[in-house]
Amino acid sequence: MLALVSPALLVILALIVLPVGWLAWQSIYHDGFTLENYRRVFTEDIYWRSFALTFEISLAVTLIALLLGYPVAYLANALPKGWSILILSLVVLPFWTSVLVRAYAWLVLLQRSGVINQFLRHLEWISEPLALVHNTFGTVVATVHILLPFMVLPLYATMQKIPNELMQAGASLGASPSLTFVRVFLPLSLPGVLAGCTMVFVLCLGFYITPELLGGGRTVMVSMLVSRNVELYNQFGAASAVAVVLLLSVLAIFFVVSRFISLDRVLGQK
Amino acid sequence: MTAIRNCGFGCALLGAIALSGTAANAAEQITFVSQGGAYQQAQTVAILDPSAKKLGITINQDSIPDAWPAIKTQVGSGKPIWDVVDTPTGYCLRGGEQGLIEKLDFSKIPNAAAMPEAYRSPYSVSYEFYSSVLAFSQKTFPKDAPNSWADFWDVKKFPGRRALRNHPIATLEAALMADGVAPDKLYPLDVDRAFRKLEEIKPHITVWWTSGAQSAQLLNDGEVDMEMAWNGRVSAVAKEGAKVAFTYNQGILQSTSLCILKGAPNLATAVKFLNEAVDPVHQANLPLHIDYGPGNPKAFETGVIKPERAAQLPSEPANAAKQALMSYAWWSSSAGEAAEKRWASFMQK
Repeated sequence: MLALVSPALLVILALIVLPVGWLAWQSIYHDGFTLENYRRVFTEDIYWRSFALTFEISLAVTLIALLLGYPVAYLANALPKGWSILILSLVVLPFWTSVLVRAYAWLVLLQRSGVINQFLRHLEWISEPLALVHNTFGTVVATVHILLPFMVLPLYATMQKIPNELMQAGASLGASPSLTFVRVFLPLSLPGVLAGCTMVFVLCLGFYITPELLGGGRTVMVSMLVSRNVELYNQFGAASAVAVVLLLSVLAIFFVVSRFISLDRVLGQK
Repeated sequence: MTAIRNCGFGCALLGAIALSGTAANAAEQITFVSQGGAYQQAQTVAILDPSAKKLGITINQDSIPDAWPAIKTQVGSGKPIWDVVDTPTGYCLRGGEQGLIEKLDFSKIPNAAAMPEAYRSPYSVSYEFYSSVLAFSQKTFPKDAPNSWADFWDVKKFPGRRALRNHPIATLEAALMADGVAPDKLYPLDVDRAFRKLEEIKPHITVWWTSGAQSAQLLNDGEVDMEMAWNGRVSAVAKEGAKVAFTYNQGILQSTSLCILKGAPNLATAVKFLNEAVDPVHQANLPLHIDYGPGNPKAFETGVIKPERAAQLPSEPANAAKQALMSYAWWSSSAGEAAEKRWASFMQK
């Protein structure tokens, strides 16, 4: 058994464990041991602000993705096979377009001379263009769009496994469709909700391209601190300390979530 | 780390010995690195190919948008692959101070030795000039366009959306000029005063751009009415038909420079190339292919650049006189580094 998995283990060791270990090492060793990089991360308030903003944005993105994704997954689950395949392909389709292209597409839609502002002005609903991009709003919109599939797919997988008979049983006992949904379907779909939310939240924590392109320079998320610190301090340690703190936060989140549901559910589709 | 550096030096020495042994029968070569794209293409035609031919050497090219991390890792590993790098002058200075860049012997680089002192450093030679200028939409300002940083800061007289670069370099200079400091009296920068002035304009800045492409897009799409941008980006947008223009008045004249990696595999050839690359005639050929000014001001005396073309270039003497010449020495000093760190908290407040 070990012989079978050892090539895979070696790849993981070489491509993940070693680089991440080297990264962590750099953050505490630079011409001798130092905690300077961590002192900075924990004492300078720009780091605190970025971490807070990153968590706020991730939370907002997760909630919006859940509100948008749940009905989609529900519909895909409830409709006949042909329709559900169509819905799911529409969900997955944007995966084949690069994140960069989609960020620019949102710029075309949201900017001052963009499609949405021109349309609203044409209808004379607004006299001055709205500031839809180059701020946190634009960043959240594009990030939700990019991460939505990560919400819909685990939700759909979980809903697929909820036996239809349970709903029929509820109905036969006299519950209205909405009561059956609230009392039976919704609780049974919660593992999917948790799985989708964890995926979206964690992925969003590390987002770089959308805040960089659509944030207008003010929306400084943690990943941008990492890249900025390479420039600013001329050594990788300052950047890797930020990355290590982010990585540990992610692991902490996974740890907490794993107390409620098995991680296999979040990462795979068991 | 020290052990690695020592080995690096030793290895480089060994490499140099090994190379000098074979140099007699192998054609000399160097690896030259720039930032790619149309810019590197223009250099290839104007400078690199002619230099290779004249010196009888092979120039291998590589390109990278931001050479600094690669310089650090290559020299840190003890076995750099690159020889000559074209990179913003500040990196050459910083690299020199950190032992990543070779100190130059100007007696072997007569073309550079003849250049004004402000155009070189112990570690680098100016290679080309660009400028951070005030650009504006001609649709918004058909006449009486903003013409100075004081105008840019004057939101009553010149209403409209504004963008600045999300970086302190050149931005602090602009703020000080807006506050009345003369372009030739900027350094050492009064950092407190500059940030105070920036606080004033901050609420009126729609976008703090991070890449040149982004600044061009903002101007092209009419997303902003005026902004600080690099001259080459603005003229490219104008060439495509957008109604935009810029002024060299109070521009901040910036340069990239050539420098040689510490322990470069082909050091002697690299020095020869450095001299050839800033030859006035090669340098004069560069602006025929791209909107950047030659790093060697003697290029304007060669007759290669027509007067009407020269008038468009940032380093043409009359244009240069209207601008502030960036002091990379100040920016790589500890005061400059502190200002760069302060920028982050300014942006996030």
